Amino acid sequence: MFGTTLVLALREIRRHLLRSFLTTLGIVIGVAAVVTMVTLGNGATAAVTEQISSLGSNILNVNAGQGFGRGGGGPPPQPFKLADVDAVRTQIAGVKSVAPQASASTTAIYEGQNWQTTINGTTNDYLVNQQWGLAQGREFSSAEEQAGKSMCIIGNTVRSNLFPTGEALGRRIRLGNVSCDVIGVLARRGTAGFGQDQDDTVLMPIKTVMRRFAGNQNVRTIQISVDTAYDSAAVQESLKALLRERRGIRPGADDDFNIFDTAQIAETLSSSTRVMTSLLAAVAAVSLVVGGIGIMNIMLVSVTERTREIGIRLAIGAVQREVLMQFLVEAVALSCLGGIIGLVLALVATIALTPVMGVPFTFDPQINIVAFAFSALIGVVFGYFPARRAASLNPIDALRHE
Amino acid sequence: MSEPIIELRNITKTFGTGPTAFQALRGVDMTIARGDFVAVMGPSGSGKSTTMNILGCLDVPSTGEFLFKGVHVEKLERDERAMLRRRYLGFVFQGFNLLNRTNALENVELPLLYRGEGRAERHAIAMEALDKVGLKDWWDHTPAELSGGQQQRVAIARAIATHPDVLLADEPTGNLDTARSIEIMELLTRLNRESNITVLMVTHEPDMAAFARTIVHFRDGLVERIESPERELA
Repeated sequence: MFGTTLVLALREIRRHLLRSFLTTLGIVIGVAAVVTMVTLGNGATAAVTEQISSLGSNILNVNAGQGFGRGGGGPPPQPFKLADVDAVRTQIAGVKSVAPQASASTTAIYEGQNWQTTINGTTNDYLVNQQWGLAQGREFSSAEEQAGKSMCIIGNTVRSNLFPTGEALGRRIRLGNVSCDVIGVLARRGTAGFGQDQDDTVLMPIKTVMRRFAGNQNVRTIQISVDTAYDSAAVQESLKALLRERRGIRPGADDDFNIFDTAQIAETLSSSTRVMTSLLAAVAAVSLVVGGIGIMNIMLVSVTERTREIGIRLAIGAVQREVLMQFLVEAVALSCLGGIIGLVLALVATIALTPVMGVPFTFDPQINIVAFAFSALIGVVFGYFPARRAASLNPIDALRHE
Repeated sequence: MSEPIIELRNITKTFGTGPTAFQALRGVDMTIARGDFVAVMGPSGSGKSTTMNILGCLDVPSTGEFLFKGVHVEKLERDERAMLRRRYLGFVFQGFNLLNRTNALENVELPLLYRGEGRAERHAIAMEALDKVGLKDWWDHTPAELSGGQQQRVAIARAIATHPDVLLADEPTGNLDTARSIEIMELLTRLNRESNITVLMVTHEPDMAAFARTIVHFRDGLVERIESPERELA
């Protein structure tokens, strides 16, 4: 019986193809809008997370000075020293690796080529923190790190500018007025979230940078990778306590350093895009409900139009439930068809829009299922009232209806 | 005379309430034997349509008893009466009442659909019914492609497809010319005789009523008289 009812409903929809299409257009647009919004939103969230994680996952960056807000007066904050780095490494639980950083701008020169770049003085731990491998060559040896040897690992951008055609490994380049052997080439990484080219860098042992370029023993940033088994907040707390103690900050006084937590930034940014996504989806969902009202409207018209048909069906022995089912199935079939068309439309729209918006394409089966189920539900809810009305018609009046 | 299939006992029917109430039937008693061919006649407002609606289990009397095959129809719920119609009754209307844009075969299959017959079974029974009314070759024509007489024959095929006990025809020839009308009446007579279907027919025309075995005259909500023109062997 149900199969027959479905066949009859589809036949009825086919008979009024244009009207059926226009009726279900609201559902089509609603489903397409919801799914497109959510899919693009998820893509944007993924993109943000991806960009942040390119800064290193679960990384704490500790800088001297109090962040962005408090420039101006007072003596400059005392910079970190390598001893602070060792203290962090040995005294804080949950620290996987610690990389000091000191940087300097310089011009790299090889034969006729020169290139303005940034030297990043650090240790091999920096590569561990960044989960950054080498395309060629090797890392620094600990002897080289300790001695502050003049060796470097260059980023891909530097390599391609200095060595457009030839081999970089083993060559001696000049950084400012310092000669330096290329012992490795970093794997290509591309552009980071904030538009800077991550491959435009030269890594050197921090002691080399301190002695040959900076002329001091200052560590600009202590970069800490937190073991994922540990709670990042707890690690931050003990880190803060240790640094306050080492820097002699009295209780109650403000920190003269700041801890920048990439995981937290990622969380904040992705949760804000998620909120945006939900808001957009909610707006789109309203159009789904409006689409449902459209279906109710046309089903009511259809019931009036087919009053005589309902009369005939009742006269030849249809029970109320059968007439109710007929119209309900028709409404649900209509809204489900709209749902399917909407899903296809959303798929096309997201495939077309993702490259334009610079967002990765992600197919989320969950939202597709939810949106489709919702369109079916709308068919049931808004189809019930007209179907109820059809089923409760008096057969005598219905037969007499012109 | 065989056993009664329908008994009406002191049926009244009142429409509306209070001062606007209208009493359409004022105590109708009638017994119809199985296999009879009854024509119901009477002027407009005499109560014949109301009686037919009650006999067709489409409406219930206000008071009185209506026994169909010994069942008290006046006590049944709406859906229970629908089941009675589905199993035992067939309807033919003045305006044919076929589904538009639906071919003859599908129209005849409609009551079988509600009986839950399978596709092949439905098809076979419907074709058989169309054959009985002489429209086997017209099965794929829609009502718009058929003449009035043909449409009424499709309607009759639909009514008899379920092998009903009683066929109710409400002015079946009202929209047809004389030649077509006589064809329809001959068809009804044949079904009555050969398939032993009890036929109840409302008509205005004495020529058509003449095909019946029993003629019931209504006037002012009461049965005025009953005649049996050709009760040959009574």
